[in-house]
Amino acid sequence: MEHYINLFIQAAFIDNMALSFFLGMCTFLAVSKKVSTAFGLGIAVIVVMVLAVPLNQIIYVNILAPGALAWAGFPELNLSYLQLITFIGVIAALVQILEMFLDRYIPTLYQSLGIFLPLLTVNCAIFAGVIFMANRDYDLTESVVFASGSAVGWAMAIVLLAGLRERMKFHAIPDGLQGIGITFITTGLMALGFMSFAGITL
Amino acid sequence: MSNNTSTREILTSPIFENNPVAMQVLGVCSALAVSNSMQTALVMTLAVTFVLVFSNLIISSIRHFIPNSVRIIAQMTVIASLVIIVDMVLQDVAYELSKQLSVFVSLIITNCIIMGRAEAFAMKHPPHLAVVDALGNAMGYGLILLGVAFVRELLGRGSLFGHDILTTIENGGWYLANEMFTLPPSAFFLIGVMIWAIKVVQRKRR
Repeated sequence: MEHYINLFIQAAFIDNMALSFFLGMCTFLAVSKKVSTAFGLGIAVIVVMVLAVPLNQIIYVNILAPGALAWAGFPELNLSYLQLITFIGVIAALVQILEMFLDRYIPTLYQSLGIFLPLLTVNCAIFAGVIFMANRDYDLTESVVFASGSAVGWAMAIVLLAGLRERMKFHAIPDGLQGIGITFITTGLMALGFMSFAGITL
Repeated sequence: MSNNTSTREILTSPIFENNPVAMQVLGVCSALAVSNSMQTALVMTLAVTFVLVFSNLIISSIRHFIPNSVRIIAQMTVIASLVIIVDMVLQDVAYELSKQLSVFVSLIITNCIIMGRAEAFAMKHPPHLAVVDALGNAMGYGLILLGVAFVRELLGRGSLFGHDILTTIENGGWYLANEMFTLPPSAFFLIGVMIWAIKVVQRKRR
């Protein structure tokens, strides 16, 4: 159990996807003007990531990893060069299915998440989560914990940044720095703050 | 003649006015993460240039055969195949370097510059213009990446491409390295300041 808590904290705070690996930055900077939209996007990222990472883990371990096809009678086959194209395909398909499913069964949630879902296919945080999973050889439980940790960390970071940006509307910012410029600098300061989590282990 | 000027515009406008990283905030992830030394920044720029030019070229030449409803998946497949080629070549030619770049080479697939150019430009223009547009955007990306890497490596470690420029105190020189520049957050500050500079210059020109 301790191992999993540790993995969660590590993924959410110390190796925060947004603020220490700078992943998913395009959406992070573009969709952080309002807390409510940032929150919706954060939830969407959590949902897609917690589904995508374990799903790809199953595919990776059973089909793509070196020697994984032993159960089908091909122990010497190594399909790991196909991992990038498979992972992105699975994520794209998953996002598409999720969109249709929500539209059909949970229309209220679809209304609030709908616009963000297509964006998530090209969100590098999710794709990187899948690649990290493959590189670090997580098992199925570990990949669920890792995915929820990183997704929660990412969602937390974007909500915090949106909060700061809402407050900044009332401040006198130099002309050329307004908008995206000051957002970069704020994110830099947040990243410095998050570095103080480094070295925490349970 | 008018055709000539528009081609030049396609090439030069992404370098400053419509810089993909600074003005459109695309492809920022990799720009921040690999910019702590000139070497990784240069390799990353070359990798992105290769993928961008060929993805624009291929997508633009097959644009009439791609049905609109599956265009994202078609673009993704082209881009992913190109990235796999880059990844494998890098691992073979420069293994150490590919370890340093870790996941960021694979992440070129989700780099929004490439998807963005494929979607916004290559789908609507003939191949030769698409290549010019790809080169322009790659230069804009490389300019920011190398600019940030230049400052970060010079001030953070006193070197450029691994060669000592400012000899640090540890090596018996005079320069006290500013460790902050080796840390990732400094890239945010530098890009923020660059955006500021570009915007101020643009405003003066008008």
